[in-house]
Amino acid sequence: MTAIPLQPPRRLVEFTLDDEPVRVPEGATVLDACRAAGKDIPTLCEGDTLTPKNACRVCVVEVEGARTLAPACSRRAEPGMEVRTDTERARHSRRLVLELLASSVDLSTTPRVQEWLKEYEAKPDRFGPDAARLNESPKVDNDLYVRDYDKCILCYKCVDACGEQWQNTFAIAVAGRGFDARIAVEHDAPLTDSACVYCGNCIEVCPTGALSFKSEFDMRAAGTWDESAQTETTTVCAYCGVGCNLTLHVQDNEIVKVTSPHDNPVTHGNLCIKGRFGYQHVQNRD
Amino acid sequence: MRKRDRAPKTYNRLTHPLVRDGKGGPLRRATWDEALAKAAEGFRNARVAHGPDAFAMLSCARATNEMNYVAQKFTRVVMGTNNVDSCNRTCHAPSVAGLSAVFGSGGGTSSYEEVEHTDLIVMWGSNARFAHPIFFQHVLKGIRNGARMYAVDPRRTSTAEWAESWLGPNVGTDIPLAHAVAREIIHAGLHNEAFIERATSGFEEFRALVEPWTLSLAEKVTGVPAAAIRDLAHAYARAERAQLCWTLGITEHHNGTDNVRALINLALLTGHVGRYGAGVQPLRGQNNVQGGGDMGAIPNRLPGFQDILDDGHRAKFEAAWDTVIPPRYGMTLTDMFEAMGPTAGHRSLRAVYCIGENPAQSEADSEQALRRLAALDHLVVQDIFLTKTAELADVVLPATASWAETDGTTTNSERRVQRVRAALTPPGEAREDIDIICEIAERLGHAWKFADAESVWNELRALSPDHFGMTYDRLEEHQGLQWPCPDLEALPSSFLHGRLWDPDPELRGRRAPFGLVEHDPPVDLTDESYPLRLTTGRRLDSYNTGVQSGGFASPLRRGEYVELCPEDAERYGVVVGEEVRVASRRGTVIAPVWVDPGLRPGLAFMTMHFPDEVDTNLLTIEANCPIAGTAEFKASAIRIEKLDVAVRS
Repeated sequence: MTAIPLQPPRRLVEFTLDDEPVRVPEGATVLDACRAAGKDIPTLCEGDTLTPKNACRVCVVEVEGARTLAPACSRRAEPGMEVRTDTERARHSRRLVLELLASSVDLSTTPRVQEWLKEYEAKPDRFGPDAARLNESPKVDNDLYVRDYDKCILCYKCVDACGEQWQNTFAIAVAGRGFDARIAVEHDAPLTDSACVYCGNCIEVCPTGALSFKSEFDMRAAGTWDESAQTETTTVCAYCGVGCNLTLHVQDNEIVKVTSPHDNPVTHGNLCIKGRFGYQHVQNRD
Repeated sequence: MRKRDRAPKTYNRLTHPLVRDGKGGPLRRATWDEALAKAAEGFRNARVAHGPDAFAMLSCARATNEMNYVAQKFTRVVMGTNNVDSCNRTCHAPSVAGLSAVFGSGGGTSSYEEVEHTDLIVMWGSNARFAHPIFFQHVLKGIRNGARMYAVDPRRTSTAEWAESWLGPNVGTDIPLAHAVAREIIHAGLHNEAFIERATSGFEEFRALVEPWTLSLAEKVTGVPAAAIRDLAHAYARAERAQLCWTLGITEHHNGTDNVRALINLALLTGHVGRYGAGVQPLRGQNNVQGGGDMGAIPNRLPGFQDILDDGHRAKFEAAWDTVIPPRYGMTLTDMFEAMGPTAGHRSLRAVYCIGENPAQSEADSEQALRRLAALDHLVVQDIFLTKTAELADVVLPATASWAETDGTTTNSERRVQRVRAALTPPGEAREDIDIICEIAERLGHAWKFADAESVWNELRALSPDHFGMTYDRLEEHQGLQWPCPDLEALPSSFLHGRLWDPDPELRGRRAPFGLVEHDPPVDLTDESYPLRLTTGRRLDSYNTGVQSGGFASPLRRGEYVELCPEDAERYGVVVGEEVRVASRRGTVIAPVWVDPGLRPGLAFMTMHFPDEVDTNLLTIEANCPIAGTAEFKASAIRIEKLDVAVRS
């Protein structure tokens, strides 16, 4: 009765990655192995706190013997498999994915994407100026965060974070099908008429800045947002006794954004409305 | 009647010290030197004229462990008294008292992660979905992993929405409910005889005590159907591992400690403690309410939760601090308030040093609390805002916000000590709490030199074996460590009291006693004049007296309401938004009506988040738990009166 269930022992799996032998713990993905080996595979829909959704296909790699390319973020490492990350086929596929996304979505606030476009020689312009865009103005319906669906790549991470993987609030879902698919609250209402509890856990996982703090949105609009002038300090939330770790993003002695470390044992990157947005009282200075 | 102002009051940061020249005069700006000298002089005068016990420290459950350590050291070494306490008294002191009476240690026994790997979760008197949202994410993980959850709460809360079964007892009938669960477990032969035999004491008396609490009697007293009680009893006893979690629905009663004991009894009866995934967890309400107590900012314990009455512990601290510690318990926060004012007699308090607390609004029966604070000879308030309490002070000292402007540590509900770090430059002349306390100590003849928060922490580590293994470097490396952590190498266990399962009686240690507690209904009885039971709690986006949470623009905030069930709203002929007079035996407030189908006839609900708008604590009763001193915020008797047209305009 006193037995503490031990984790089942994790064996190491050995396989070949770009002709080099690698060993990773059982259950690790090809992406984990790539990162451990220092290989830079682009990812967008992959989230370290979420189950892989395989939506964006920008991380594809070639597995010897497989008919199709495999998404590195979800493909588990198997003994003896031979994986190549930089074949012409994989590079071509990534290039196309980046071109399609960059031509149809505003990726101006997506970290690293400009670098990848260059590396894969992607030419989003080749589809011409008429390439489909949503052309919708950002939804500013509350004082805490903004939804700019022109920047949405439909990776569904926000839906998973709001739904059964973390928050279990189910305020947002995919509405429509095919080309009309988009993220919306029920009946596409304003957030203030939805089930949203303003935890901001969707912002935490959004890879493109489609979801952002209103403070960040306003500062970007004013041209004052400057990440190089920001510090990030991890501390503990001042509200209840759960002890969530907060990373305060500070610019000019003002908190401009709050995140939480994704590997934190208390939060796993998640916060509630008070931790995420309830900081203003310390900077009501006059 | 003043028209209600719908926008909550926002507080601006204090940027310079304030002093008052003589009682009744206004607060005026002062230099640090002047303010510190005045603060120190008042403390010295009180001690000289009335002795050390005329002083009391209200330390801060919101500030760091390091600040709490220095505050209690100031109280014990500079002032020579054990009168130090904090707002943990108004919430979870019964949990600490109950847990330490049973297990010898005042912390929750499990970790959050274990909730994800348990088979049954009981949330008793806890709306964690609102009050502890990120803890509740661990509960949800557990539910997704196959655990069943039972919610016990008079209100059908958003926590209860996730439950397998919701048990809605009448307010203040937790002990009958727990006893009936215990009796059912015993009668069904589901109690863990081996564990009871080896690790507990008092079982026979306990069996006799709960024997009268049949399911049908319990149904009559608690209002919970017998079948639901039976179902909970069997589910809890049959689970391989079970977590029993509670919050203020258990503790904020005049017999809060008894309630806690009644819940712990169930864990002892079934052996659901001291194993991975099985334990009891109070969910703490402030970021450092656990740590404040651990640091000795309570009247009966020295840092490291070491008992003041133990000669060995006292001698260790006396040697380290070069002082004499009175071998008796100091006043609790509740005692302190009773000792303020003219009726208190020879035990009266004359000078109070209040750091980061707002008792003028957080105490039950706030009208009385205000009168008492105003009657002090000398009140020093150190805060980041000019709170209602600070407005009464003789000296107001502007401090830094501990979580964003200072370095240090805090301790959470799962006993995890974590680093807080300064991210912002404090406004104006605001200074760190520890610096301010040390400046006053120096003016009273004790020149302490702490280079930084870490040097305070290292002094504490040297005196508290449970914290010895937690260097700042290790706290950083492991994202916090849980006490007890006596070793610099080994990682601490995630749960407490594994000793109770040890085959060796020596190692098993002190037996955990069953709590022989009796049902005692709420003090404030409902009758024809006050027919409604008012209970209080938190909302998702707001916090305590609202001084912090009022500062951000929450789309969810709708101000204070008196919440009624649809049936009662109809009976009184009131509709949502209509202002009514809410009266208790102590006071009256005007509040608009909200209708919540999660309530039932006879039960009303309010928060304490908007005291500048609707001072709910004018209604609550200061009926205190005799063991822990926590007031019965959860049970007052009220009536609702429709306003006539003249008043409404």
